[in-house]
Amino acid sequence: MADAALDPEAAAARRRRAMGLAAVYGLLGLFALAYLLPLLVVILNSFRPLPEILQNGLIALPRAIGVAAWADAWSSYCINGVCEGMRRNFMNSLSMTIPATILSTLLGAVNGYVLSKWRFPGSEILFTIMLFGVFMPGQVALMPWAYILGATGLSNTTAGLVLIHTVQGVSFTTLFCRNYYLSIPDDLIRAARIDGAGFWRIFRRIVLPLSPPILIVTVIWQFTSIWNEFLFAVVFTSGKAQPITAALVALASDETNVRNYDVMSAGVLIGALPPLLIYLFGGKYFVRGLTQGAVK
Amino acid sequence: MSRASVPASVPEPVWRERLRRRGPFLVLLPSFLASFVYVAAFTAWTFYISLSDSTLLPSYGFVGLDNYAALWSNGRWNIAYANLFFFSGFYVAGSMAVGLLLAILIDQRIRAEAAWRTIFLYPLAVSFVVTGTVWSWLYSPTAGIELLVRSLGWESFSFALTTSRDDAIWAIILTGIWQSSGFAMALFLAGLRSVDQDLVKAAAIDGASMIRTYRKVILPSIGPIFVAVAVVLLQFAIKTFDLVVALTGGGPGIATTFPAIFVYDLMFQRGQIGVGAAAAIMMLLALVVVLVPYAAFLIWRRRREADHG
Repeated sequence: MADAALDPEAAAARRRRAMGLAAVYGLLGLFALAYLLPLLVVILNSFRPLPEILQNGLIALPRAIGVAAWADAWSSYCINGVCEGMRRNFMNSLSMTIPATILSTLLGAVNGYVLSKWRFPGSEILFTIMLFGVFMPGQVALMPWAYILGATGLSNTTAGLVLIHTVQGVSFTTLFCRNYYLSIPDDLIRAARIDGAGFWRIFRRIVLPLSPPILIVTVIWQFTSIWNEFLFAVVFTSGKAQPITAALVALASDETNVRNYDVMSAGVLIGALPPLLIYLFGGKYFVRGLTQGAVK
Repeated sequence: MSRASVPASVPEPVWRERLRRRGPFLVLLPSFLASFVYVAAFTAWTFYISLSDSTLLPSYGFVGLDNYAALWSNGRWNIAYANLFFFSGFYVAGSMAVGLLLAILIDQRIRAEAAWRTIFLYPLAVSFVVTGTVWSWLYSPTAGIELLVRSLGWESFSFALTTSRDDAIWAIILTGIWQSSGFAMALFLAGLRSVDQDLVKAAAIDGASMIRTYRKVILPSIGPIFVAVAVVLLQFAIKTFDLVVALTGGGPGIATTFPAIFVYDLMFQRGQIGVGAAAAIMMLLALVVVLVPYAAFLIWRRRREADHG
């Protein structure tokens, strides 16, 4: 050891490695700052009094702290003349996202089960057609949805958005579940069939108990993408029926209260919190969904 | 019901047996029909509207390609798709460059790797609406980054991108990169981790520097991931809507109009449904232009892998 410490070449190599590491952490730190800055800014400003924000700018440490902006944003702030805060929009988003997530996930699981374990002539073609739904741009579906929602009386309702997101989401969930179920050995299914188990019994007793990993990925993926969706939300709902994404844009672009950064910060966080919490607690599954949804 | 030909060991009637055999198909049928209507019928419908004389309401008088002619001679549309090209180039290249750099940095056996990854990926969990809104404040000259830097002493510093017709597109590009580079990082990192470590060791024994090892050994072996990331990001770019609405509203003026905003505007604000539908079909075509060659590439690669064994 002592020899190595005295060896000038080894010492130089060690110095180079240390400097390299310092550069790595330095760069990472700089990027981390750029990534975290916007989040820090909204969190801090949601607790700062407005006069202080207007005086010192958005990027400054708070001198005083209060939760008035949160209360205001949640229940009494005025958006386009309606002074009820974002509570209703938050609830709209919940009552849109939860049913659509559950429905599309259940359908996707059963579809994936059929398409991987109960194939029939032509099933691959049906799967390919369903897959196109993953790539469809929403703009192409706007007029047809407008007609269907109008004809069924579902325009400007949460139920209408649940319908849209379920139909659109089934493509994703079917793809996820099918690819996952392909890894379940066919022998397992065959053995169960020989023992006399039928379609649903095998699903309930064999496939579902093996499904939690993919169901978590699917639920997280569906929840975040439906919660964050904006195009259908802004086209098919207005006012009190709007989900939170559409309400946020209305809030930020309402000319009468443009510079109320404190309340708007709280509002932005209310809209961002559910997906952020899901990401923090289910990050591993979130990333898995991301890479699968992207590459396959 | 059950004739004599049915063996006694099968107690159930014929129709139930048939139903059982068709079961999987029947289970799939509702989802398939919904998807089929969504994919095929909706596209055909919108395509037909793009050939019709629809204005404020859909109508079905056939006018051929008139709407497409109107679309391509529309100044706003020309700005929109020029913006799309400009944005796509810098957004895709920038997200991939930053994502690759972050992935390589994280790949240096650093401490608290999971924490770093969490930081770089969280923008992907929140909506473009949230990202766009917050960044629009940061670009604000009276409250955001410009104010901060000037108050630190650099009086001539200018970062008010969103208020300038020429620079507003850069605000969208920067914010887009901020949102999406974590995604590129995640895919690149997965790729770097899958590289055969023996190859890397061999390069190290040969005395190759780290940069050379990455350039000559590691990056070439994850080539397909570059293609995959680029394709996904291009898809995002073509569908860009919420980010721009929240960040610039398409402005100043119409400087940052995008195809998706154009479609929304013509269909629901200006009562020109026919032209809007033509623009939507052009967006679909753009996606096809990106995705069909990619699908062909994937099939070609799978075949080649199968051939080689």
